[in-house]
Amino acid sequence: MNGALKVELGRRYRFSASHRLHTSHLSEEENSRVFGKCSNPYGHGHNYVVEVCVSGDVDPATGMIANLADLDVFVQRQVLDEFDHKSLNEDVPGFRNRVPTTENVCIEIFQRLKSFPKAKLERIRVEETGKNSFEYAGDDLEGNRP
Amino acid sequence: MVLITRKIEFSASHLYHNPSFSAEENRRIFGKCNNPHGHGHNYTLEVTVAGEPDPVTGMVLDLKELKEILEREVMQRMDHRHLNYEVPELAGQIPTCENIAQVIWRLLDPNITRGRLHHVRLYESPDLFADCFRNGAGSAGKQ
Repeated sequence: MNGALKVELGRRYRFSASHRLHTSHLSEEENSRVFGKCSNPYGHGHNYVVEVCVSGDVDPATGMIANLADLDVFVQRQVLDEFDHKSLNEDVPGFRNRVPTTENVCIEIFQRLKSFPKAKLERIRVEETGKNSFEYAGDDLEGNRP
Repeated sequence: MVLITRKIEFSASHLYHNPSFSAEENRRIFGKCNNPHGHGHNYTLEVTVAGEPDPVTGMVLDLKELKEILEREVMQRMDHRHLNYEVPELAGQIPTCENIAQVIWRLLDPNITRGRLHHVRLYESPDLFADCFRNGAGSAGKQ
């Protein structure tokens, strides 16, 4: 149906959360030096944008790779319900022992969404602010980002 | 290799309806997109062409030429049209972002003779888009 074309579907979601960049592996002084104001002990917040890209065959009956309603429900349950208006450090188990940098947020979200049953998860892109963004496409370097 | 991207916007109406589904199935699968009177979007299209800059002109292809191709192949066909009824290339297909992006790819690809069509991204809204590229090509360099 797709001939020689590959098609991906991208959807953007938003959540707001606080975090603090700090690791017990470094001294207080080193934390301050490495993470700067992001290490402020009370944390701070961002309005995050998450871009989810999935691929698959376009169903000729629906014209869709995956029904958006299914993707929305899955992302809501797997990510937004647990990230939105939360402290990433305190409320998300994956960040108990991992610094919640946006690099790690990408990886965490990828892990949470890769079991989406209706299409193949290609990539997660997270904007921490309008000025910086991060992408993760899984660890398979031979895979979807040669 | 250098990638160059041109962006255009067009506005069109559409609806999702598969006549082989029952009315109830159409509503369940397509939700409010199944409204029989249709609805519309401002679409944004990003077209990326890959190639080596010409040593004389410094260009992969003349953006003016790309602009003319986009005007002829996309704008004149789709801007201020009803995608279900007025775009023959979409006849018999549900005009989802995925399908429109593929139609646009097939309209553009034979017309791009300098450089090579690398990537088409069609936004139906700022939060929903489809990407189309040659199977086997990676998505590296899409952003």
